[in-house]
Amino acid sequence: MTEEIIIAGFGGQGVLSMGKILAYSGAMQNKEVSWMPSYGPEMRGGTSNVTVIISDERINSPTLNQFDTAIILNQQSMDKFENSVKPGGLLIYDPNGISAHPTRKDISIYQVAGTDKSLELGNARLSNMIMLGGFLKLKPVINPEFLRKGLEKSLPERHHKLIPDNEKAVEVGKEILVPIHVL
Amino acid sequence: MAKEIKLMKGNEAIAEGAIRCGCDGYFGYPITPQSEILEHLTLENPYPKTGMVVLQAESETASINMVYGGAACGKRVMTTSSSPGISLMQEGLSYIAGAELPALVVNVVRGGPGLGTIQPSQADYFQTVKGGGHGDYKLITLAPASVQEMYDFVELGFDLAFKYRNPVMLLSDGVIGQVMEKVEVGDYKPRWTNEYIAKNHPWALVGKPESRGHNIITSLQLDPVVQEKVNHKLQAKYKVCEENEVRYETFQTEDAEILLVAYGSSARICQKVVQLGREAGIKVGLLRPITLWPFPKKPLLELSKQVKSILTVEMSAGQMIEDVKLAVECRVPVQHYGRYGGMIPTPTEIFEVLKTL
Repeated sequence: MTEEIIIAGFGGQGVLSMGKILAYSGAMQNKEVSWMPSYGPEMRGGTSNVTVIISDERINSPTLNQFDTAIILNQQSMDKFENSVKPGGLLIYDPNGISAHPTRKDISIYQVAGTDKSLELGNARLSNMIMLGGFLKLKPVINPEFLRKGLEKSLPERHHKLIPDNEKAVEVGKEILVPIHVL
Repeated sequence: MAKEIKLMKGNEAIAEGAIRCGCDGYFGYPITPQSEILEHLTLENPYPKTGMVVLQAESETASINMVYGGAACGKRVMTTSSSPGISLMQEGLSYIAGAELPALVVNVVRGGPGLGTIQPSQADYFQTVKGGGHGDYKLITLAPASVQEMYDFVELGFDLAFKYRNPVMLLSDGVIGQVMEKVEVGDYKPRWTNEYIAKNHPWALVGKPESRGHNIITSLQLDPVVQEKVNHKLQAKYKVCEENEVRYETFQTEDAEILLVAYGSSARICQKVVQLGREAGIKVGLLRPITLWPFPKKPLLELSKQVKSILTVEMSAGQMIEDVKLAVECRVPVQHYGRYGGMIPTPTEIFEVLKTL
């Protein structure tokens, strides 16, 4: 098993931390993992993306241009990465702020209304975990017990009280997945 | 002790490797994309635990000269920076090489020339292996391609530096510095005592006992006859190093007809290209130099008798390609594919070039 993922959105939407939680959880599950961020001006409010690879085998290139899954959180990232999903692959996106929806017919496309749902729950910072939930429902590459360990590892201890809320958000994401185009 | 696995950035692995291998001192000045090294050292605060000094100097010039001073005392000292900062250190590096002192310098290369970009690059190859400073000197150069190697090569670098009394450069780049991967870390090793240094490195300035004369550390000789002797000694040392310290690895070269040559993060990307090529029925393999100096000339010459063409892939306009061409003595055509200025080549675009060979 090798899952090559791109997560992309605005800086501040939790793109890098979502990737980090995935990578830590994979590592806890004894998988090979790599987490390669875009770094630099993006961190200060522009677009931000991270390539996460989870595999049973040794990982070769940590930087990629074709992905099994793209998790897209804004229009710029949709424009940039829709065509980077491998044929037969998966695109999950948050429809909030998307004006030009994806049109490809050779990949599976799902919406997860992470932003809207997180506001409904009263904490905008949970939107990335809701998106992650949608992904894990479709591709259960991480077992729930290891997701918890991943959260414990990737969050500083002072934030550990937030772990139950994050786990709940993942469950919410699994429930609000909307299929747009399914292969 | 059970194996301890951590998930870290390449930069953090450099810092962790330094603390755990018994490094005595780090002197550096922050610069992207390697600031996490100083950040991690500061957060870990090793001084109470191991006695390792971590100091943010006022500049890169100061850093390298602090390293010069520490090295003269037989201490395991290091600095790290990225391309523009490493340029500022060239005078110091030449002095350290001239004075035959062991030291470790890490360059997490970014796009140039000039202040350039903060994204990954490999355009400092010439500066590193052809002598960025003045005079006939060499830096033993290690090119890590994973976070594990970032960790491991810190200790290896110190070992080689002391074995040859020569500065060692760890030539990395923004990809390997920024990527997070699993790392197996070792136990904390104690720092060397002054007694150990005096016994094993008798050239070091540890205080003069009555039983011997002064130790003098200098790179200055006023008499050219003496300076020529210094150079003879350096060249003899470099020859031994070339015979004994070449490191490289190969991927699927057994039946290869096309050979990729790449180091560092480019080598990781090229492993993907080998996979794509093999899936398409192309007999392609990869040679990855681990030491850039001394360069793996012999294995390349051997492979040149087997393959019909060679492609070097570098994040530069083509620098290592010159050493590859020298190594294979024009037996096969050698071509270059590169991206510059902070752009990273994709596996697919290299694969497209591969198909034209």
